[in-house]
Amino acid sequence: MGKIVSFMTRTRAGKGQMDWTDWLTYGYLCMGILLMFGPVVWLVLSSFKTEADLQRFPPRLLPYAQETVEVEGYDEPLALFDIVGGDHEGRKLALIRRVGLVAQMIDPAAPDERLRVNVADWQPIERVSLAVENYTLLFERFNFLRFLWNSTFITVMATAIMLLVNSMAAFALSKYKFRGRTTVLILVIGTLMIPQTVVLVPLFLITRELGMLNSLWGVIIPGAATPTGVFLLRQYMITIPDEILDAARMDKASEWKIFWRIILPLSAPAIAVLAILAIMWRWNDFLWPLIVLSETENFTLQLALNSFQGEMSTQWSNLLAMTVLTLLPIALVFMFLQKYIATGIASTGGK
Amino acid sequence: MYSTVAPVMRIIEIPFAFVQSRLGIQRLAWLFLAPNLILFGVFAFLPIILNFLYALTGGDQVLLNDRPFVGGANFQSLANCENVFDPNSCERDLFWRAIWNSVWFVVLQVGLMVGFSLLTALVLNRDIRARGFFRGVFFFPVLLSPVVVALIWKWILQRNGLLNAGLEVMGYERVLWLLDRHWAFAWSVFLSVWAHMGFYTLILLAGLQAIPRDVYEAALMDRASPWRTFRKITLPLLAPTMLVVLVLALIKGVQTFDEIYAFTGGGPGSATTFIIQYIYQTGFAGAPRLFGLAAAASILLALVLALLTAVQLWANRRNVDG
Repeated sequence: MGKIVSFMTRTRAGKGQMDWTDWLTYGYLCMGILLMFGPVVWLVLSSFKTEADLQRFPPRLLPYAQETVEVEGYDEPLALFDIVGGDHEGRKLALIRRVGLVAQMIDPAAPDERLRVNVADWQPIERVSLAVENYTLLFERFNFLRFLWNSTFITVMATAIMLLVNSMAAFALSKYKFRGRTTVLILVIGTLMIPQTVVLVPLFLITRELGMLNSLWGVIIPGAATPTGVFLLRQYMITIPDEILDAARMDKASEWKIFWRIILPLSAPAIAVLAILAIMWRWNDFLWPLIVLSETENFTLQLALNSFQGEMSTQWSNLLAMTVLTLLPIALVFMFLQKYIATGIASTGGK
Repeated sequence: MYSTVAPVMRIIEIPFAFVQSRLGIQRLAWLFLAPNLILFGVFAFLPIILNFLYALTGGDQVLLNDRPFVGGANFQSLANCENVFDPNSCERDLFWRAIWNSVWFVVLQVGLMVGFSLLTALVLNRDIRARGFFRGVFFFPVLLSPVVVALIWKWILQRNGLLNAGLEVMGYERVLWLLDRHWAFAWSVFLSVWAHMGFYTLILLAGLQAIPRDVYEAALMDRASPWRTFRKITLPLLAPTMLVVLVLALIKGVQTFDEIYAFTGGGPGSATTFIIQYIYQTGFAGAPRLFGLAAAASILLALVLALLTAVQLWANRRNVDG
């Protein structure tokens, strides 16, 4: 503890003295933690609460569940209550049935005698407990695995195709001198000016005419060639010395072999950055899948999550659990690859 | 990994080897470019042309052959207003509502975003402990999906949510945040800043760290006050980065859709309906599907974005050269 304190109070001066600007700085940072992390922590905590606990106002920080007890002669476990008033004050009783303001209860130790208790006199016995059934129910009742598969399939295939197609183009633009190279480069820059959002209508027609409407391929293919990807890889490949290619050509290596046995491995860092970005874009993609996919069984996780929240029958408990599972992969990727993501996003300007 | 990729690569090699033996090495470049150019052509350039054809035709059919030519009627319909500042006087009132919503949203969101990003970047640029961790704290929402962001905040803002609990503890009435026009709009701006701030912070932090240390040492020697140092050194040297951030934020702000659509659905009423949602609703969500109107609106949007992108490329280039 002392170590942490001295760690946190170390300052620029290094003499253990906090300047007022240091106080402001750390105050701001602590507010930042609260405001940025707080909502996510609250979401995760809430996702482990039972539906009854979620309805409670004001909410409690930790998830609680009512203590239950198995009593002979009853199929279901019975809920336990502390009795704080009336004739049976001080006893722990289990609830059999409730009629209006009066409840029929029994003592688990002596289950034969039925007692009548006013509900104003009881207090539920609760303990901290995770409602894991919120999660397991997703797999049983909702088609969660299907959505997970759709999202994964789209993400993996789109990323693979994008990496291959973009790196081929980047190779041609960085290592060959041919008529029209500048024109192609300008065309690639030109596509930067056309975000998907402004060509939705014709894109919809083309996808439809190609028979890809309501198919996962309709989500994968239209976004496979990205100007950002071509640029990022080209800028990297330019730095690979041409002598390596010449040496390989002397050894009679075919151009394709040079590309995938020499250039691709040497571009691994740039490809890794692009791969991470592509995975994030595809996993989080929303508008285009929303337009292309109209049948529930083709929904991605994002679409499923959005459509569930609109349904009256959906309970918060399942919605929250599904939200947590949807953000989990990205959270894991972020924890392990934070540095690459940061540099990647900073160098490409987002998308 | 390698063993699954290798056979694929060997199959692709066959046409490449063939073309190489026929046409020579330099012209092989076109074969490498082909898949990418075909995709660009079909899914980026062709749509631009078709977009104009859609905008000039009417009806609710998808196929262009079935659509009657209407000339500029779609554009006229969008622009048919007695007073553009009053959407109620317009034929397409939702379009103008969406435009004014977008304008207000972009002004507020970009202003707050740039302000808070700069503040955060300045704080992170100080000599603090665990900078990597704190950078991550501000950055991670950028990676969350729009729907997840929307649900996280919906859960906090709901009737029995955390925020209302806090209000009640302090003795105030509960508020139905997302059912009130003004609150829903304000929270949309907040949500958007919360989700994207880290991205701009990152860029500004990189810009701050690129400012040479000796400039500050010189200022220290001259006994310049911190405020003066900030105004006379940091701000001018950061200006190119600020410009990039500003334009990027504008480009993205204008295209805001996902998280707000999942957050409020554009409501209550049309209080948080922005321009992309108008295009989506007009062309895809409602019946009849007015593709022509949606295309016309997206062409207007494209003009704004092309202008902003041109500024962005210019700013980037100036950044690289300087």
